[in-house]
Amino acid sequence: MKELRNAACIVGVDESDELGVLPGKSQLSLHLEAVANAVRDAGLAVKDVDGIFTAGQHSPALLGEALGVTPRYIDGTSVGGCSFIIMVEHAVQALHHGLCDVAVISHGESGRSGVGVTRARDTALSGQYEIPYGFGAAPTWFSLITTRHMHEHGTTLEDWAQVAVSTRAWAGLNPRAMHRTPITVADVLASRPVVWPFNLLNICLVTDAGAAVVLTRPDRARDCRKPPVWVRGTGEATEHVSLTQMKRLTRSEATRLSGQRAFAMAGVGPGDFDHVMLYDAFTSGPPIMLESLGLAEPGEGVRFFADGEGTPGGRLPINTNGGGLSYTHTGMYGIFPILEAVRQLRGECGARQVPGARLSLVNGMGGMLSAAGTLVLSREP
Amino acid sequence: MELDRPLPQPITPEARPYWDGLKQGKLVLPRCGACGHVFFYPRVICPACGGRDVGWVEASGRGRLHAFAIAHQSINRAMKVPTPYVLALVELEEGPRMMGNLVNVAPDPARIRCDMPVRVVFSRLTDEVTLPLWEPAS
Repeated sequence: MKELRNAACIVGVDESDELGVLPGKSQLSLHLEAVANAVRDAGLAVKDVDGIFTAGQHSPALLGEALGVTPRYIDGTSVGGCSFIIMVEHAVQALHHGLCDVAVISHGESGRSGVGVTRARDTALSGQYEIPYGFGAAPTWFSLITTRHMHEHGTTLEDWAQVAVSTRAWAGLNPRAMHRTPITVADVLASRPVVWPFNLLNICLVTDAGAAVVLTRPDRARDCRKPPVWVRGTGEATEHVSLTQMKRLTRSEATRLSGQRAFAMAGVGPGDFDHVMLYDAFTSGPPIMLESLGLAEPGEGVRFFADGEGTPGGRLPINTNGGGLSYTHTGMYGIFPILEAVRQLRGECGARQVPGARLSLVNGMGGMLSAAGTLVLSREP
Repeated sequence: MELDRPLPQPITPEARPYWDGLKQGKLVLPRCGACGHVFFYPRVICPACGGRDVGWVEASGRGRLHAFAIAHQSINRAMKVPTPYVLALVELEEGPRMMGNLVNVAPDPARIRCDMPVRVVFSRLTDEVTLPLWEPAS
């Protein structure tokens, strides 16, 4: 894996023209806007793209067709919201071996408005063993992980609420965030109960948006419009789909393994980062990810939020875009943390800029901590 | 009578002995003929050793509440059990874990705790379908 360290760079990132509630835009439009914007950010043209990576309801073939591109390399890995993070690893491999020269990872999802959304998939397992009991949406499952963590580690509703408060504080500094008004722990505890231990403010937004990431090899990156962000380390893993098959609910094996692989490839340790992006579909997610990745001891992940380390002005800023909790969450959120890490490493983040950010950790989950992807992104090679 | 919850569907062929057992008031689980591993959900290969000789064993019906949550709304409209109700992840005495509901208990986090002992109760939905649910075992 070490030969892949710094084998490729991220040279372009952007969202769709708008994000939020967009009943007038199809999922395909969200994709195409994001790709066009990210390619422009890189100083490249759509016709330069010869590698297409996407997950969700559209195949890479459709994206190629719609863009007018005949790709040399395609990938449709689909293991949940972290698929786009895992695709960075796949793109690095393809670029390194010359299977493509300009890779685009694209996401477009009408998660809120449902424009053009179909829901055809094999539900034989959940349909027999989970749906009849009232399971069937992410909060009904992720709540189980959360109550088990409270049982094993004594974490509290107030601890989880601090994650929402911290993330909202960051959102207040991001003009693209959907919800920017500050909230308190009391606000979270007083919000509408959905599935105990989650109230509404413990749960991510549901939005419409697209986003895209452009990668190329270092030789070509020199000609791009902005300084490259180096992909120093990548890791991917899956453990389960159903929580009945997860060995230990409070420590994600997929998260742990993906982190271990990415850190080894990059030659860094869990304490080396000065910026962290984690997939926050629920307030209990980021603390458990910090613990699974080795950035916190078991049960101690919530301290990053309660003690202010992860909040604006803290030592280790976490989810500086405002996260899935307050910025945007389409359904498959995993590409958005990559955008924020790249922007922080470029120094483009204005009021929320982490001073001197040079090494960023991106970790995302698919499903219920079922799959995971980790990236080590760096300002310098 | 109108059903208060979604029927399991589709019932897959490899799971037929599980559903047939429930119809007779028995909780039966897949067991590997090669290594003896008892697992859930039913499948045609043992997840412990890869063995293809999968048989069935009747479970004791006892276990512990591994984790739980309390639903204050049903996102699936076919779920008509009045809220709040308890979503449960049960660890069976035989080892595997399965989803269910904890019933015959107040849906109050102060009254329910992880690892509390539970036992199966059979809930007949139709002539064809009986579901395993769980209640506190003192």
